[in-house]
Amino acid sequence: MNIIFMLIGVSLFMALGFLVAFVWSVKSGQMEDDYTPSVRILFDDKPIAPNDNVSSSQAEPMKSDLNQF
Amino acid sequence: MGKVETIQKLTCFHCGDPIVGVNLAYDNKDFCCVGCKGVYTLLSENNLCDYYQIDSNPGLSLKNPVSKVKFNYLEDDQIQKQLIQYRDEKISKITFYMPTMHCSSCIWLLESLFKLERGVKNSRVDFLKKQLSVTFDHHICSLKKLVELLSALGYEPALSMNDLTGKKKQQNNSRLLYQVGVAGFGFGNIMLISFPEYFGLDSFSHAAFSKLFGYLNLFLALPIFFYAAQDYFISAYKSIRKGIINIDFPLALGILVMFLRSSYEVVSGTGLGFFDTLAGLVFFLLIGKWVQQRTIDTLSFERDYKSYFPVAVSLINEKVETTIPVTNLKIGDRILIRNNEIIPADAILLNGDAHIDFSFVTGENDPIKKVLGEVIYAGGRQMGGTLELEVSKTVSQSYLTQLWNSEHFAKGDHSTIESFQSVVSKYFTIALLLVAFGSAIFWLLFDQSRSMNAFTAVLIIACPCALALSSPFALGNSLRMMGRSKFYLKSPGVIEKMAKVDHLVFDKTGTITLPAESTIYFDGFPLNKRDLIMVKTLCQNSIHPLSKRILSYLSLPSNLSFSMEQFAEISGKGIRADIEGKEVKLGSASFVKLSEQEQENQLSSVVYVSIGDMIKGKFVIEHAYRENLGEVLTQLSFKRKLSLLSGDNDSERNRLKPYFPSNSQMLFSMSPAEKMLYIHQLKEDGAKVAMIGDGLNDAGALKVADLGISVSENTSSFSPSSDVIMDASVFGNLSNFFAYSKDTVKVIHMSFVISLLYNIIGLSFAVQGILSPVVAAILMPISSISVIIFTTTATYIFAKKNKIV
Repeated sequence: MNIIFMLIGVSLFMALGFLVAFVWSVKSGQMEDDYTPSVRILFDDKPIAPNDNVSSSQAEPMKSDLNQF
Repeated sequence: MGKVETIQKLTCFHCGDPIVGVNLAYDNKDFCCVGCKGVYTLLSENNLCDYYQIDSNPGLSLKNPVSKVKFNYLEDDQIQKQLIQYRDEKISKITFYMPTMHCSSCIWLLESLFKLERGVKNSRVDFLKKQLSVTFDHHICSLKKLVELLSALGYEPALSMNDLTGKKKQQNNSRLLYQVGVAGFGFGNIMLISFPEYFGLDSFSHAAFSKLFGYLNLFLALPIFFYAAQDYFISAYKSIRKGIINIDFPLALGILVMFLRSSYEVVSGTGLGFFDTLAGLVFFLLIGKWVQQRTIDTLSFERDYKSYFPVAVSLINEKVETTIPVTNLKIGDRILIRNNEIIPADAILLNGDAHIDFSFVTGENDPIKKVLGEVIYAGGRQMGGTLELEVSKTVSQSYLTQLWNSEHFAKGDHSTIESFQSVVSKYFTIALLLVAFGSAIFWLLFDQSRSMNAFTAVLIIACPCALALSSPFALGNSLRMMGRSKFYLKSPGVIEKMAKVDHLVFDKTGTITLPAESTIYFDGFPLNKRDLIMVKTLCQNSIHPLSKRILSYLSLPSNLSFSMEQFAEISGKGIRADIEGKEVKLGSASFVKLSEQEQENQLSSVVYVSIGDMIKGKFVIEHAYRENLGEVLTQLSFKRKLSLLSGDNDSERNRLKPYFPSNSQMLFSMSPAEKMLYIHQLKEDGAKVAMIGDGLNDAGALKVADLGISVSENTSSFSPSSDVIMDASVFGNLSNFFAYSKDTVKVIHMSFVISLLYNIIGLSFAVQGILSPVVAAILMPISSISVIIFTTTATYIFAKKNKIV
């Protein structure tokens, strides 16, 4: 029956682990916004096409476009 | 047919608006304006066209481009400092409020900002709060540039004076979540450890277990007692110092007694104590508290004029234009107000064509024309060209904002309506203490050993857990039910106030009238086509709102018109011209020379028409009332008094009379301060007053009333501080919401009876001094859970009954 002492220790330790995980989740702001992540998870990241170099050459035309309005 | 037409109609690929006039086609896609096309070009160049795939036509119309100089004030260091939350050498962090955010495409685009602007390190959306937090490198991208980029995409952040004055209070409920976590952790483990005891396994198992389990329970209960439950002790202590007994007092007493007695039992080796009940009690109570706090945090109920007025204004000093924060405006300053900008302080018109839209102030939708030299009150929005104004009062001393300085206003929410729970807990606590001391004294006389046992047992078992849970769950659930049908309450406590209201005061314009619609009809000799064209020709030349109304009512093709001579517009009277050799007049009765007796029954805006010498008749323009107005008012008037307050003149009195019961007061030409005083007077006379209004001019009345309901056409735009924000579309259900609030209070009463029954059962054990921990451990969760289930289902059933869900 002495095994029960150890089992209780293990179960308490695990429960403590869950408590720590909960505290961490609150701290990292997971409880503040419970809607946006549900939408965010559905967005796909498109692989960047090889001919599409996002660099200063692209930033320039963008600026000029902005000035139009 | 209708369907076919809508398919064929061209709509803008970006914003989904129908394309009127020129179709700016680009890349095989149709666009309604340069703005929309510009955004598409920008996004397609940056490979961000996914924006259009997540939701169709997600964009925001850019037909009214923002002025180029609009955000110049963001270059000001002082303003930047107040807006930016965090700044170091490398990065800045800022949170914007963006009421235009509306779909998942918005989330995607706003979180992909870094692809558009190198300076943006990270951007994160909180959709329900409509907030965007951006971390950016201010060396690469200035705040002004960032805001301009967002505005160019159609997401103009709402920056208001409120962002400058005073720090926003951080709603922090993470503490409560930690407490729930700790209590839940303790509750689960203590239950597990207490299980053997419930089945009486002690006798044939290891004796050391019992001791170990006892100390483990005590150890686990420590954080519950000292951390999770501490708010109850603080609250009970505070209320006693104020001389009031609130519900937290018997709760704190129960928790304290439970902890002390259980600790004693464990240490002295006489038993396992009530730690399981203690942990469960605290856990359920905290859950109830959490439910009560989960209100509608997506809407702001505390908006005052500061969140309506702009951050900065253009100042002219010897022809040089500078931008200063609105808070620094002084009397005598000359300011520039451009199209669509809000006038921040009372000012005198010096230059420009002023058409001021006061819809947020009064609810009146028609722009009002102002002449040079006239004082324009703060809060109006200029529609048209640029104005030059001289400030005549500072922002906080202006006609409207004065309301906030008034003493009645400062007193704020001192409603005389007490919640059921606070009334009951007073008597409950007194009764509880009587029973506890009574049984202690009884057993002292007969069997001293049982005395302490009975005394503590009474306090433990009568701990009003179920009672404390019934209000949060019933009110919280009703709050969500009403929120689902667009009736948003500030806090659950508002429902009890609603149920007790016995006098409803309505504002007229914008509240019971529809802001954008008015009905118009012609009364008199029928006009032939020739006459109609004459009237139209005349109206075309006037910019008076009434002329425009008549013009749109006539809806004649634009090519039909006569030439005319000697056109004259006499302000406040009417317009005239000679058309086809006849004198045509449109205007007031005296202007068209109407005899006295005919003028009498003028109910609303009336425009008389005379052609030649003959008076043809009149155009009657009436505000359209909201749908079901009559029905709503009749239902509400069964048990409540009604009043009407209006800032307008009493031209509509006779038309409104049939809607209101004969004993109701109707007051016209009321200033904002008079409205507030009227409500204050009603309250002094003992009435429980609800004010239903919309604009800033009702802000005082809404605040002073026991219950302020602000009616809003668009709930994410500005509405004055109030207890309830109601979407205008559900105005017809107003009486149902009031009926539902009464039913909710009924549910609380019923669940109170249920929890009392449990208490009586428990007490019958306790006074005899034979309460075992097992009974307590069973009764407590059963009573709590059954009250939770009962209140949740009952509020749902009543919501169905009142057609709320």
